[in-house]
Amino acid sequence: MLRVALRKRRPDFELQAAFSAPTPGVIALFGRSGSGKTTLVEMLAGLLPPDEGEVQLSGTVLTDTARGIHLPPERRRIGYVFQDARLFPHLSVAGNLHYGLSRAVRAPQFIRFEEVVALLGLETLLQRRPHQLSGGERQRVALARALLSQPQLLLLDEPLAALDFPRREEVLPYFESLRDWLSIPMVYVSHHFEEVLRLATYIVLLEAGRVLAAGPVDEISLRPELRSVIAPDLVGSVVNGTVAAVDPAGSTVELWVGSGRLKVSLPALPLGTRVRVQLLARDIILATQPIQGLSVRNALRGIVTEIAAEELASVLVKVDVGGPVLLARITASAREELNLKPGDAVWALVKAVSTRGHAFRLFGSPQPR
Amino acid sequence: MNGALSSAELDALRLSLEVAARSVGFGLPLAVLAAWILTRARFPGRTLFDAFVHLPLVLPPVAVGYVLLLLFGTRGAIGGWLRAHFGIQLPFTTAGAALATAVMTFPLMVRAVRLSLENVDRGLEAAARTLGAGAIDRFCTVTLPLMLPGILAGAVTAFAAGLGEFGAVITFAANIPGVTRTLPLALYTAMQSPDGDSVALRLAILSFALGLAGLLAAELLVRGIRRRLGRPS
Repeated sequence: MLRVALRKRRPDFELQAAFSAPTPGVIALFGRSGSGKTTLVEMLAGLLPPDEGEVQLSGTVLTDTARGIHLPPERRRIGYVFQDARLFPHLSVAGNLHYGLSRAVRAPQFIRFEEVVALLGLETLLQRRPHQLSGGERQRVALARALLSQPQLLLLDEPLAALDFPRREEVLPYFESLRDWLSIPMVYVSHHFEEVLRLATYIVLLEAGRVLAAGPVDEISLRPELRSVIAPDLVGSVVNGTVAAVDPAGSTVELWVGSGRLKVSLPALPLGTRVRVQLLARDIILATQPIQGLSVRNALRGIVTEIAAEELASVLVKVDVGGPVLLARITASAREELNLKPGDAVWALVKAVSTRGHAFRLFGSPQPR
Repeated sequence: MNGALSSAELDALRLSLEVAARSVGFGLPLAVLAAWILTRARFPGRTLFDAFVHLPLVLPPVAVGYVLLLLFGTRGAIGGWLRAHFGIQLPFTTAGAALATAVMTFPLMVRAVRLSLENVDRGLEAAARTLGAGAIDRFCTVTLPLMLPGILAGAVTAFAAGLGEFGAVITFAANIPGVTRTLPLALYTAMQSPDGDSVALRLAILSFALGLAGLLAAELLVRGIRRRLGRPS
């Protein structure tokens, strides 16, 4: 458990944030630029002293201004991957990696040099100097260096922000494997919702120095506060499922989602793999009666629980499909014609292909073969 | 004109090199400390300290030599103490010439070191902290190596300048052949003697060559290190 309650006043800005998040897992600090994400992370690392507040990690007090406790960064065992990598230019890649390793607490070493080098694919880079690396390689080295300092928490401050799209795609899978194979809790700072969806298990939503909402990703995906931060096209509920069946052709899998089943576009995964899928609100069609003769692969029966007006003459309808809740965006006029109101039974139609690219393996799920 | 140098001239060259080397060896660590204080520490009187460090640049060297004589002379505050406790005597010795040279070239070293310290990315020091490095560890393994170009440039420049220090040396350490008669002092002595023209010319050319070599060496060193650090030169 990471417990945070911090206050920091700056001339033009005040941060006042409190949340508790389960560990291990990836806690995303998500918000627009200037919402206070980096300030918060610097205080977690101990690089910036808070005006008041406390930080506790798995019961260990790192900061508690009331009791005058402020552990210096060098004694926190918190790895920090900076946006600009910050590799030491006077050392080789290997020298950078050993810098943290040789100063690590002499505990039974649980992350070994060779292991990290292999995990992050650094074998051929060890003798190079930082200025001879590409942006993506630099971030991988920075990540490895932080890991080798044997941290009890890993802070990742927009580690992909300085990279272009192809480079991001090159580095992101490494973060995913870290999340899936190491049990180090991570705090991942981003203003990129797609990254957050791919990596996070828990979201802390920040806006103007305050926590708007905090919770597991599926819960936050339904919250109206999120909609004030992300683009309308990205709105959609996130549902957790497990692989129930795999299409022999290999392009779709069927998931158990609550009491129902959902076909989604995904490469084959082992049965029982836990998967997360985002169903975009704009891709869901609602019907008041069962429909036949359509190409849609999924028709989930559910109950309307809430209808929220949006800008642009549309409404967001929340539909409980027997556990998971979906968000569907329909026009205000369609809602009038169907006379939808909370309590109504509806069928939510979801195209299998519209889920493509939004599936995520979760922490602790079995490795795909 | 005789091509080879006489033994007295060789003595002067050897002495100049020795005095300059010892002045850098003595002054450089203090210059790093002074640069660190001027860049990183905030305390009342910092501006005054800054001015004090740079004073030798604007004072007449003879005045500096005179003040050193007052302080380090056998009856001076520091000189008397050094003699009583360690049996060390500085005036009229090679060590004294090195001390006078160190004081004169101190501002040069501080300026170069300070410039390089100001250019050290403090983000790298923060990164070292998160990797478990304490203050002294951090300074030795990150800050100091990154300052290296400035430190070396300062050292070589001060060395080159120290080869030719005249006023402070002759005032504090006098003009003793084989002990404190460095190149510029030998040149001055040659100019004073009626048949010393050719000697003076040779020594002048030698001084010229040494100075040029020193400055070139400083430049090349800095370039080499910068390339290693991946920075444009």
